[in-house]
Amino acid sequence: MNWVGLPVSVQIAFMAIGGLLAVASLVSLWLVRSKPERNYSELRLRIKTWWIIVGVFAVAVLFNRTVSVVVLGLVSFLAFKEYLSLVPTRRADHRVLFWAYLAIPIQFYWVWMAWYGMFIIFIPVFVFLFLPMRMILIGETQGFLRAVGTLQWGLMITVFGLSHAAFMLVLPAEINPAGGVMGLLIYLVFLTEFNDVAQYIWGKSFGKRKISPKVSPNKTVAGFLGGVLTTTALAVLLAPFLTPLAQYEAVGAGLLIGLSGFVGDVTISALKRDIGVKDSGSLLPGHGGILDRLDSLTYTAPLFFHYVYYLYY
Amino acid sequence: MLRTLFYLLIVKPLVLLILGINARGREYLPLSGPAIVVANHNSHLDTMALMSLFPLSVIDKVRPVAAADYFLRNRLIKWFALNIAGIIPIERRVREKGCDIFAPVIDALDRGSIVIIFPEGTRGEPETLSKLKNGIGHLLSARPNVPVIPVFFHGLGKCLPKGEVILVPFFVDAFIDEPLRWEGSRQRFMDTLAERMHELQKKAVVVDGFL
Repeated sequence: MNWVGLPVSVQIAFMAIGGLLAVASLVSLWLVRSKPERNYSELRLRIKTWWIIVGVFAVAVLFNRTVSVVVLGLVSFLAFKEYLSLVPTRRADHRVLFWAYLAIPIQFYWVWMAWYGMFIIFIPVFVFLFLPMRMILIGETQGFLRAVGTLQWGLMITVFGLSHAAFMLVLPAEINPAGGVMGLLIYLVFLTEFNDVAQYIWGKSFGKRKISPKVSPNKTVAGFLGGVLTTTALAVLLAPFLTPLAQYEAVGAGLLIGLSGFVGDVTISALKRDIGVKDSGSLLPGHGGILDRLDSLTYTAPLFFHYVYYLYY
Repeated sequence: MLRTLFYLLIVKPLVLLILGINARGREYLPLSGPAIVVANHNSHLDTMALMSLFPLSVIDKVRPVAAADYFLRNRLIKWFALNIAGIIPIERRVREKGCDIFAPVIDALDRGSIVIIFPEGTRGEPETLSKLKNGIGHLLSARPNVPVIPVFFHGLGKCLPKGEVILVPFFVDAFIDEPLRWEGSRQRFMDTLAERMHELQKKAVVVDGFL
């Protein structure tokens, strides 16, 4: 770990995240003490799991590039595994699924070697063309379109989309002197998760009108708007320390993360509703599965990446 | 010792990473013997997955019952089956008069083992439950005080179905039920066991994994 070598702003960012969680832990403790009649066990569990997520994330970004890419690849693997465990798959496709899994280490290998051209077409072009061919070699045509569609969608969401978060670590560091190598990733992940929490809190406090009653009955207009605005404000505030973005560009980044984070969230909700489960898994106590936590990031990561990439790289 | 190390360094990490078991009713798993754990059998992974649910401190006591003709067929497999998997080999076919094929199992129970039995006999179709064989009833009539804990695995047949050699990762559900007791007659016991296993299976089928 090369803590001393980090840009000061990144050091502060980590301390601030730690501080924020510490405050959340203390507040939840105080709530438990002062209102013993209410049950806060889920809140406590959620905060505890947040500590673990932040710990894993810190390990992922504070060591060297290889460790970072491997950890983020593992996260992608867990998300894809959770997705495949939820959706219906055909028995005949056993080996096709194996090939689909194999796309994960290959995709993150392109990331590790910073080969942008391959990283950006491997899953949308090569894997997209290869998997149906592998299915045809097996010869089962019943349910073919559905099988190939669900498989490719899962790879795009959980592997291609999330690998954009990892690619931010291999972008040339000299363009972002303030944030260094990991500034952009910390900015993206922190704002995405902050946006989730902000939308939740705004919704709980002021929410009345439901924004998409059929897909996600807990989401309200007030929660959505309040969340997006808070996220945008914070995005402008943090941008000079972690990113190369100018102030007006940071407004765009904040709106983009706030809006697309919401869309990612309801997209995974729609998937779960279609299948008929409440949580995507039970890997993260209090949060549900890993997809429940990464849902917003599956949208914000590729969109924020291309926003910054277009502007600066 | 070798066995505990194998579970600590290989089975537990692999099961955690490649499979990931979502166990419900873990508190019902016996932590001391004698006890019998009964599970459905869809894949070679069943035994490893089930054993990975036990804490390392009791692994030495956990012994799966397995077919001697299959697992003792060559020296390498035999060494692994006896020393690492820790199976209790029983003969499926040779049945001499007056020779009790379950004698080694009863012996292990008397020494305080936690015995794993797959009463379907062989690995069936994924996530379906074949008819339960009577051996377990026979064991219980000989040792009526031993608790029987039913376990149903959902998803393992998807990871490594019978006849496949390539393992594909999936999350797996394990449903563990309260211990079952001997009810005086073999028929009644077998009926209750089958009923409990079907109840667990119903819990498991939230979504059918296959199109």
